[in-house]
Amino acid sequence: MGWSAVNNRYGDDKVFDACSLFGMMNLKGQRFSGKDPVKAMMNMHDRGNGLGAGFAVYGLYPDYKDDYALHVMYMNRDAKRATDKYIKERFEVHVDEEVPTRAANVRDPPLVWRYFVQPRRDKRVDQHPDDYVLENVMHINTRTGNAFVFSSGKDMAVFKGVGFPEDIAQHFCLDEYEGYLWTCHSRFPTNTPGWWGGAHPFNVLDWTVVHNGELSSYGINRRYLEMYGYRCTMQTDTEVLAYAFDLLIRRHHLPMEVVAQILAPPFWDEIDEEPPQRRQLLTTLRRTYGSLLMNGPFTIIVAHQGEMIGLTDRIKLRPLAAGVKGDILYLSSEEAAIDLVARGLNRMWRPKGGELVVGRLGDRGMGEPLLREVNV
Amino acid sequence: MKSYLEPNYIVERDDERCIRCKVCVNQCTYETHYYDPEDDAVYSHDENCVNCHRCVVFCPTQALTIRPNPCTYTANANWTHEAIRALKEQAETGGVMITGMGCDKPHYTYWDRLLLNASQVTNPSIDPLREPMELRTYLGAKPDRLAVDVVDGEVALTTQLTPQVCLETPILFSAISYGATSFNVHEALARAATESGTLFNTGEGGLDHRLYPYGDHTIVQVASGRFGVHPAYLDVGAAIEIKIGQGAKPGIGGHLPGEKVGPAISKTRMIPVGTDAFSPAPQHDIYSIEDLRQLIYALKEATDYTKPVSVKIAAVHNSAAIASGMVRAGADIIALDGVRGGTGAAPKTNRDNVGIPIELALASVDQRLRDEGIRNRASVIAAGGIKSSADVAKAIALGADAVYIGTAALVAMGCTVCQKCYTGKCPWGIAATDPWIAKRLNPDIATRRLVNLLQAWSWELKEIMGGMGINAIESLRGNRLHLRGVRLTDTELRVLGVKLAGE
Repeated sequence: MGWSAVNNRYGDDKVFDACSLFGMMNLKGQRFSGKDPVKAMMNMHDRGNGLGAGFAVYGLYPDYKDDYALHVMYMNRDAKRATDKYIKERFEVHVDEEVPTRAANVRDPPLVWRYFVQPRRDKRVDQHPDDYVLENVMHINTRTGNAFVFSSGKDMAVFKGVGFPEDIAQHFCLDEYEGYLWTCHSRFPTNTPGWWGGAHPFNVLDWTVVHNGELSSYGINRRYLEMYGYRCTMQTDTEVLAYAFDLLIRRHHLPMEVVAQILAPPFWDEIDEEPPQRRQLLTTLRRTYGSLLMNGPFTIIVAHQGEMIGLTDRIKLRPLAAGVKGDILYLSSEEAAIDLVARGLNRMWRPKGGELVVGRLGDRGMGEPLLREVNV
Repeated sequence: MKSYLEPNYIVERDDERCIRCKVCVNQCTYETHYYDPEDDAVYSHDENCVNCHRCVVFCPTQALTIRPNPCTYTANANWTHEAIRALKEQAETGGVMITGMGCDKPHYTYWDRLLLNASQVTNPSIDPLREPMELRTYLGAKPDRLAVDVVDGEVALTTQLTPQVCLETPILFSAISYGATSFNVHEALARAATESGTLFNTGEGGLDHRLYPYGDHTIVQVASGRFGVHPAYLDVGAAIEIKIGQGAKPGIGGHLPGEKVGPAISKTRMIPVGTDAFSPAPQHDIYSIEDLRQLIYALKEATDYTKPVSVKIAAVHNSAAIASGMVRAGADIIALDGVRGGTGAAPKTNRDNVGIPIELALASVDQRLRDEGIRNRASVIAAGGIKSSADVAKAIALGADAVYIGTAALVAMGCTVCQKCYTGKCPWGIAATDPWIAKRLNPDIATRRLVNLLQAWSWELKEIMGGMGINAIESLRGNRLHLRGVRLTDTELRVLGVKLAGE
């Protein structure tokens, strides 16, 4: 028997059950390439198992920044034919093209197409363009079973698939793109199959979510959202987070700080100790939106145009570290990944369970606490 | 007429143990036991025995055993012993067979074919002895969305919620009327509800003014007979419930014989002493859903919109559509009482054959309200045969906000479900108003037993939730992914909205 660096005589195939998240945002809005985010993700290689990875990039398409950028995965050519026709009926298509790819260590990639579109003028007058887009995305995603709009925001896109982060980055040529905000995910799927549509980030309009954890409350989160017209098609619990943010922020106009108190509320014992006005607010939130409490372990990084948010479940069953260097805010599952790409941070902290970290365009960096728009 | 009925039970007395203390003679309200001084022996009239176990429990030397009469008719799957006996009884009396408690047939229970989930590996279970585990529940209408203003960085609500009631555990005491039961029973329910942070329901017989101090933990019921309904009564409760129907006897009104109406009950019910209190089968001012809306709003007007209004119906074939109408009519709470729901008196044929199981009714009502996008507008309370904390957990996972327990609470106080409540002779002093019998129920002890039951079930609920990795009851409510079915057909699974175990 030869020398071995590992104790396991039968092969070193031990796995670590976790996903990894990473987010990086330039608070001044300056764009940067995918080099650092991919490097940070590679550092957390062991947290994933190659069954899913993805990136969301904001400030990505300055040339088409007013168009909805629909990114569609096609599992077969028939689905594309049917969906092309549908999209052209419902939208004015300014550009449509295959998303460039190159050879990479990925298996069975679907055909990925992107469309820069505007809603057709004959849409209902009273309907907001966002609602029109959302309605049609839901329709396409439930129509053929072989076409999935996985990114539908403006001036942003999601790139995701089955593979390790570096493989997906290589496949979609991410070194050639620039954005001011990147969120990244590497997956260790447990409850749902590893398939291209099931990789993170999850997207609805320009909202994206990357998620580590498992929502024990998924059953009711989903049934609640169904009452508001959302249809869960991606076979994973993370989808409900994306829809919850869309409902609460875009449709109900609640501030992010309020939304955090809905998804990861304080315990009743803590609420009972608050002064009357705040107690009434928190009590009313839990009474009204109790079905959206995200119960079970989670860390999420949520992004939309101009904002990046980190949040964990209320008893912090999954990790989250935050750091600031210069104008850049970092969020990560592990501190080491931040340290690797940003030596000499101005500030580094570990948010408490249910404590929100928000980075907004225009926030001051340089180690000062991030500005908050509202106090909750 | 010579009766052809044989005793249901046989009393066995161990003469070597019997010390002739006559406790059994004094405790039995049905005069089953008697002492013969000549023989210095205690004997029994077995035909009087209802198997209530009062004598068994109180016999100081454990000399008594009650057995079902082994002498049964020739075995026959169709002409069962129960069927033959019922025929003979009716041939002798010419009357409707009356019984007490809920349907005792085995084939309507779905709880036992539903199994709960637990966390393994991918998410952690939570230990309720070491970490917070929340059962607090608010009943009442919830808005579909909240509106807030941000002023100087402070968030201020602009949506005002309609009145709600807060429960520290999602278990309420079901409607049990004063008159059907004694004052001591009502007092124990009121005190236990107060101590446990939940509510009890007056039932249709009003509320004795001595219990007004417990009003914050009281649901005052308005039934078709309007017994005991007056402004002070409506004002004192935390919520009002309109009783349309009862699971034990859908479509039939309450029925209190005049013998049970003594001075205190007469005063509370606002009827003369000794008169029968028969509630009409329907509410005669509610012949339609529009009429229901009028009564709901009449009660809200009468109480200045300060408390939620519940509407209780028996679970029947069309419950889902009816519930939808009730929500649209303004009900803040829907109480569904399934076919196994209890009663003090009901025609046996109706009790055992009318209505549907609560599991199916609850599942279809919850889904229907969601399909129509109005589930937020009312809370749902499930009732009817809930016998354990596991049933509570399953009901909540199917979609209930809370459950009512009636029979289970009575059992905690001493009831043995002998089904003879309608005789007014309950040897445990529960379904009895005769002062000599009613005083057997000590309200201090009964309160303690009820509080213990709620505490035990609450802990068990926390253990179940902790195992699932859920630390707030709202994440279990309507979360049918935490249920799996066994021995159920595809159609049953579809109606329940659950998957088969293994799926």
